[in-house]
Amino acid sequence: MTTLVYDGSFEGLLTAVFEIYEHKLQHVKMQRGEWLSTALFENVIEVVTDDKRAGRVLQGLQQKLSTGGLQRLYAAHMADIENEDGNLVGYIRYAFDAKQNIEEDYGNRYVLRLAELMRMIRREKHRMEAFIRFQKLKDETFYAAIEPDFNVLPLLSRHFKNRYADQKWLIYDMRRNYGLFYDLHQVDFIVLDFAISKPDNVISTYTEDEGLYQNLWKNYFKSVNIPARKNTKLHMRHIPKRYWRFLTEKI
Amino acid sequence: MNEERITEKLNILADAAKYDVSCASSGSKRKNQNKGLGNASNGICHTYTEDGRCVSLLKILLTNHCIFDCAYCVSRSSNDIKRAAFTVQEVVDLTINFYRRNYIEGLFLSSGIFKDADFTMERLVRVAKKLRTEHNFNGYIHLKSIPGASDELMREAGLYADRLSVNLEMPTEAGLKLLAPEKNRQEMIKPMGFLKNEIIQRTEEKALFKKAPMFAPAGQSTQVIIGATPETDQQVLQTADHFYRNFNLRRVYYSGYVPVLSDSRLPALNTSVPMVRENRLYQADWLMRNYGFHVNEIVNERAPHLDLDVDPKLSWSLRNLHVFPIDVNKADLQLILRVPGIGLLSAQKIVSARKFGKLNWDQLKKIGVALNRARYFITCNSTSFERRDLTAMSIKQFILSTSQSKYLKNSVTQLGLF
Ligand code: SF4
Repeated sequence: MTTLVYDGSFEGLLTAVFEIYEHKLQHVKMQRGEWLSTALFENVIEVVTDDKRAGRVLQGLQQKLSTGGLQRLYAAHMADIENEDGNLVGYIRYAFDAKQNIEEDYGNRYVLRLAELMRMIRREKHRMEAFIRFQKLKDETFYAAIEPDFNVLPLLSRHFKNRYADQKWLIYDMRRNYGLFYDLHQVDFIVLDFAISKPDNVISTYTEDEGLYQNLWKNYFKSVNIPARKNTKLHMRHIPKRYWRFLTEKI
Repeated sequence: MNEERITEKLNILADAAKYDVSCASSGSKRKNQNKGLGNASNGICHTYTEDGRCVSLLKILLTNHCIFDCAYCVSRSSNDIKRAAFTVQEVVDLTINFYRRNYIEGLFLSSGIFKDADFTMERLVRVAKKLRTEHNFNGYIHLKSIPGASDELMREAGLYADRLSVNLEMPTEAGLKLLAPEKNRQEMIKPMGFLKNEIIQRTEEKALFKKAPMFAPAGQSTQVIIGATPETDQQVLQTADHFYRNFNLRRVYYSGYVPVLSDSRLPALNTSVPMVRENRLYQADWLMRNYGFHVNEIVNERAPHLDLDVDPKLSWSLRNLHVFPIDVNKADLQLILRVPGIGLLSAQKIVSARKFGKLNWDQLKKIGVALNRARYFITCNSTSFERRDLTAMSIKQFILSTSQSKYLKNSVTQLGLF
């Protein structure tokens, strides 16, 4: 068993694959993080991300996978789901070693796992599209804080840009500490310094009617409930509790 | 806006609209043009009520004043309740502000009938027109068509709305006569026929001239109330099938009757909502629309009611054991779709995956097949054949003992009533 330590970037992952083939490694383990020379064990390789090597692997993949297949691989890696790099590398190796396109070989564990990962990511993305609640700030920006399980913020950009073309908006991932900001022209990644402006502090910068519409929404939510049909289990399955603190109607 | 007054109106008019179960916000493809607001295409459920129904639209009545007196309706004229009415502008403001905060996909506007059909319909149309033309709003709009409204108004409604619906309310004419004697089934069906023709004509125009305006791009739907009158599931589903076929409806919604009024013609106030039955009807409807089942395969003279303890696909399979077992490595997609425990996605995956090699139990399980049901109906690349020589009855018992239906578990008391 050889452990490959890499920097966590997609290029890094592709470089690692290059090394696997170069050293003809059979059993590998992937690990993200910094290379600590003090903690040397046997069979550990430091992967130094290399654009040229990564590029060659990418080219190879482009011949083995469809554009959609490559995008799925990329999205699964970017979403940063714990301990999945090994499966992604397994998928890449399977794609390289097979003669035909393997994307629909659902009898294979790596193909199946990638399909599962995509389902998880899509669900999280979809939940964010549904559960994001904007609050209108004094400068007319609509602000929303989120804490998704996976890193799906980049995947939200197009949806919200198409939806809210005529309002400025900011979606901030509190856990990963970065956000997407749309300024009526384009969407950019930004990092806020909450030492200066605490997220809870933005309340003081709400517009006047923000409270009105929040209350109306809460009231609406109560009014549409039919007590004779109450089904708490189903309710909780649709809106898991961890999302509640961001949902206006559940606060 | 006067906060107290508008809150009160919203409470009254949302409360009165909540029994309409239609909530879909998909099926349209309205694009955000010229940096406007919103796009209708996604069908997102933004939240869920405590009873587990999805909320995707601001669903309200323009007013709950009504000149009619339908027995099943809280807004009926003889019911002593608080009445309220929104202005056109109030509905527009609510919609826009809720939409901007990502609470909703759009608006579902219905109304009690005040004065007459045209007078009411004209106001509904005005809300939609204002949203589209003054606010460049591209979110979803569903308008309830008022039976008896003129063709001109219906045509205008279709230009601004994504979906239009006329509720049939009762599955049969006799049911309607009993509970809503002032309503006339022919009058309700007439706008459906008009809309159907208009939709077809506009779609043809659209194919020829790209710039031709959209007309109710998400089509029309209807709702029938279940359990207020004694129709069988066969009658209900045949009505649905008839409307799917002859009026190109996108959806028929089934609304389990919630007893809110005491009336000698209606089930007693303490009757529980027929939730299991409603769920089975949706499952049956789904089989008709997506799995290629004919209505008579699901319900017929010999089995006029859906099974309450198993879903309609399993029920059909148990009645048709001679069709099985099916070899999933060879059978047509259409046939695989008929296996209990195999859904649309897994069926497609099976057909894709078997090009690479024959599938066994283990792989089927990973693909997402519910083996506790499917194994009695299929063979695959494994030697063991699970069905042995079981009778339909024993298969049903085995499956029931290994699966926990969310409805059965939760509603033991309710089931006792059936
Ligand atoms: S016409 Fe509509 S709103 Fe009026 S009583 Fe009948 S169902 Fe209710």
